[in-house]
This record gives sequence, structure tokens and C-alpha cells, in this order.
Amino acid sequence: MSSAAPALPADTRRFRAAREADWRRLEEIVARAERRSVRALEDEELLALPILYRGALSSLSVARETSLDLELVTYLEGLCTRAYFFVYGVRSSPGKRLGAFFARDWPGAVRSLWKETLVALLLTLVGALSGYLLVSGNPGWYDSFVPPDLASGRDFSASTASLRDTLYHDQGAQGLGFFATYLFTHNSQVSVLCFALGFAFGVPTALLLVHNGTMLGAILALFASRGLGPEMGGWLIIHGSTEFFAIILAGAAGLRIGWAVIFPGEETRLASATRAGRSAALVMGGVVVMLLVAGLLEGIGRQLIVNDLMRYGVGLTMLALWLVYFYLPRRSRDPSRG
Amino acid sequence: MAEYAAVNRRALIGKRRTLVTPEGVDLGLRLADGGQRVGAFLLDLLIMFVALIALTLLLVFIVSAFGLRGLETGAIVWLLGFFLLRNFYFILMEMGPRAATFGKRAIGIRVIARSGERLTADRVIVRNMTREIEFYLPLSFLFYNLSDGSGGGLTALAGTLWTLLFVLFPWFNKDRLRIGDLLAGTWVVNAPNRKLGADALLRERSESDAQFTEAQLDVYGIYELQTLEEVLRHDDGKTIATVAATIRHKIGSTDDRPDRDFLVAYYDATRARMERNLLFGKRREDKFDRGGTIRP
Repeated sequence: MSSAAPALPADTRRFRAAREADWRRLEEIVARAERRSVRALEDEELLALPILYRGALSSLSVARETSLDLELVTYLEGLCTRAYFFVYGVRSSPGKRLGAFFARDWPGAVRSLWKETLVALLLTLVGALSGYLLVSGNPGWYDSFVPPDLASGRDFSASTASLRDTLYHDQGAQGLGFFATYLFTHNSQVSVLCFALGFAFGVPTALLLVHNGTMLGAILALFASRGLGPEMGGWLIIHGSTEFFAIILAGAAGLRIGWAVIFPGEETRLASATRAGRSAALVMGGVVVMLLVAGLLEGIGRQLIVNDLMRYGVGLTMLALWLVYFYLPRRSRDPSRG
Repeated sequence: MAEYAAVNRRALIGKRRTLVTPEGVDLGLRLADGGQRVGAFLLDLLIMFVALIALTLLLVFIVSAFGLRGLETGAIVWLLGFFLLRNFYFILMEMGPRAATFGKRAIGIRVIARSGERLTADRVIVRNMTREIEFYLPLSFLFYNLSDGSGGGLTALAGTLWTLLFVLFPWFNKDRLRIGDLLAGTWVVNAPNRKLGADALLRERSESDAQFTEAQLDVYGIYELQTLEEVLRHDDGKTIATVAATIRHKIGSTDDRPDRDFLVAYYDATRARMERNLLFGKRREDKFDRGGTIRP
């Protein structure tokens, strides 16, 4: 380098030369941790990480005040940001997180939604009752409640014998697995929609819940009119206790968000919606699991168990299990968590 | 012109969001703009689409290998794969250490919690489950519209308009929040994986430095200097010629070196002078900044 009149103040260049090795080391460590996990780092690197991070932060402060090199400043900003999320991100293993979710977080979140759950249950019941009464009074309503592709032949034009037939061997032993999968994915999508629509002040969620109820009521009315009511109950309850519970919980989660948007209380509307959204999300994570169980019960359990009493037994047992799991008061292991 | 530059600068500052680390340094995060968000999302869609094609090929393969007996297994795999892809691709990717899907990584953006805390699983789940109403619902309304034609046309139109509300939501708030971001308390910021190039501009410095007068060096401010830096780094012949001509004209220079050499020399000399001024507390934001004015 020529000694004649340095183009840059010596300070700036020395500043960069003295620290560049540290920055590059930090960059290398962070990149490796991002690619794989923190466990890919050596002990010595783990110890060096916070020190290098703080060094980079102080370089950033200095560079911002004294250097006009845009590339240098943006590089340091990017590096510090990436390192920040590493140093201050508290992590636990995925297994532990999953354990905590099922042991504490999910039932807790469901319990905190009890009011909305009652409202969602009520909406479903109102829908079912009105569907039942309307269709019993005038079978013409049936078609407007139950879409034809879902009814697949179960309508008022069908004979009693063929209706009875659908209750006991509707799919045949083949294709059970596929049927279960189809039901699971379909129901999950509906419940996710039910949840997401809560943002629109909860109105579409409530409509979906009532609609779901009317469908149930209409089908019950059809079978009751042929004297197949109790048998239909068995056909429904074996998976329905789990499935309807899950859909009601998804609706409750949506309603909670809608409620928080309309009535934020002391908080700002945004903060209130955010808080409601996060607790509702925990519920939704579990709802998918419940629907998986329901899909298995519907697709496989119902086809293999054709005894009405057994069907009622399984359905009610599942309901009892869910209720105990969610609502049984339990002692928190760590009292400081409250 | 002065107003234009001020507006430009304010737009840059408007995208900055404060995140003060416990060490007391503001990271000055830059929000991802609409184009980056859409770009990342389109990339992700493309990836999902390709994965779906692969899944379908797998189904065809299973059926052709095992005949109809394989159909059920194949169909289960396909349906579950589709479900997982649609719902969990985004969630699992954003729960990872980089908090970004492949598309976001390619664009150089990531998701963070607005409060600056750790990005927890519940936040990621909310922000991605609302995608159902922001993307899939409008899409299904659109298809309904197209396939249905006359019948429920008006209903479908109303539905499409209603869902447009969700789609366009990010363009109507200054933080570019989706509804999912709003509910989850997150936002998307730039976190480019930048490499620090060797100090290329410095090494290319020509030997003869001192041929600019002080008046010539004082024409521009920091904003112009950094724009010049970007021009030099992009190294596009045409732009360099234009910029060099403009600067030569502006400072009244008769320098007849090649354009790029001239610009590098001018950049170095100006930057050296400005950095020296910085140490004396003189900071000139742009060429209109005559000192004593309030910084934006």
C-alpha cells in the first residue's frame, strides 16, 4: 500500500482489520448452528459464541458512528441479528416440548376456553334441534341441509332396508384405511377454517357451527322417521363424540379470537387479539390430534364394530376420557408457574 | 428535488423497526416489503407444487408396481402427504432455528416475534393456520366462480370480494402484517445472509489521490456516497458511465481517467473526508443538508 495520503482515515481501516477475524468466526459458528442445531457446536465454540456476539455488537455501534461503508454496516447488522436470535433464543428439545404440550399446555388451554366451548356446544345443539324439527315437519328441508354428495344415497327416497344397510356395512372391509384418512384430512381442514374465520368477529365460525349442527339434526330426523334412531345414534357416537368435540373446540377457539377482537377490554385491540390467538392456537394443535383419533374410529373402528351396544360403549368411553383429560383439576407440578 | 430525497430517506427509515438487545444496541431491523413477501410465498408454493407432483408420481409408481392392491396404500400416502404439506410445511419450517421456509430463506427474510422474544410454537401455528382464510378460501371462491358460471355467480362474487379483504390486508397497514401476523404477534424482517466481501473498493485505489479540491469533495452527502458505493459494487457498465458523467459535470472535473477508476478515486476521497468529518461530529445526510438542520 502506498504511504502517500491514505484514502481512508487509518482508523477505519485498522478497525476493520483488527476485528474481521472475530466476525468471520462468529459467522461460521452461527451458520453451522443454523444449518444443523446447537448440538453441532463444540463446547469451546459454545463458550465463545456470546463473547463473539457481544464483540460484533460493539463493532456495529462503532461502525455506525464512524464508518460510511454501507456494506460493512449492513453486514454487521445482519450478523448481529442472526447471532442475537441464537444467543437469546431459549430452546428445549422437541421431545420435551411435545411432552409439556400434552401434559400441561393443551388441557390448560382447553380449560381456559370453557366459556366459548359452552357457547359453541349450544350453537351446535341449536342447529341440531332446528334441523331435526324442520326435517321432521317437512322432509323437503332435507336436501337444503345435507349436500347430496355427502348424503350419498341416504335420503328420503331410500328404502328403510337400504338405510339400515348403510349403518352396518357402508364401505365394505376394503378401503378402510383410505376412508379414515380422507375423513381425517377433510375434518381437519373444516376445523382449521372454523378457527381461522374467528377473526371475522366470530360470525362465520358461529354459522359453520350451526350449519354443522343442522346437518346432524337432519340426518337424525331421516333415520328416526324410519324407526332407526337408536341404531343411527350408535353409528354416529362411536366417532362423533370425539369428532364433534374437536369441531366444537375449534369453533370455541375461533369464537375466542372473535370475542377478543370485538371486546378487547383493558388492552389494545391488537394486544388482545394476539393473546387470544396464541392460546387458541394451542387448542388447535390438539384438535388435529383429536380428529386423527376420530378418523381412525370412524374409518376403522365403526366398520369392524357392528354391535350397537359396543358402539355406544366405545363412543361414551372416549367422551369420558376426553372430559377427564381436559377438565379434571390437577395439581401443577411447579407451583411457581401458577 | 430536495423533497424527493427527503421522502426517499423517510421511506427507508420508515421500514426500520427498533429492537434493542439487552446489551443496549438497536439492531435496527428492516421490515420485509410486500414484494419480498409475495416472492417468498410464490417460491414456497412452487416447492409445494413440485412436492405434490413427486407424490403423485409415487402414487402412480406404487399402483403400477403392486396393481390395485397398492392403490389404497398409495392413496393414503398421497392424501396424508397432501394434508401434511398444506398444513405443516410452513409450520415446521418456521419452527426451525432459522424461522423461515425455503422461499423466505432464498429471499433473505425471516419471522420474528414483534416483542423481540423467542418465536414460540404457538405463534407459528397461528400465523400459518390463518393462511386458510387468507389464501385457500379466496382460491376456492375463485374456482367456484370460474366453474359455476351463472348459477351462484353473484354469491361467489360477493365471497371473492369478502376474501379479498384478507388477501389485501398487508397493504393497508404500515407494518405489512398479514392477519396471521397480527394474531400471532409476529412480523417478517430482512435477515439476509450477507457475506463481507474483501474490501475491494479500497484495493483498487489508484495511486494518485490528491486531485480533488475540497469544494469538489463537499458536493455530496452520505446518502449519495452510499448510493455511489452500491453503483460501484453492482459494476454495471452503463450505470457507471451515466453516474460518472453526472458527477464530472456536477463537480466540474476535467479528469480523463476511465469512468470506473474516476468513480473509485472520487468515492475514496469523499468517504475519507466525510469519515474524518464524522469524528468531529459533522454528519451530512445528503447533498441538501447544509448543516444545522434537524436530522429526520
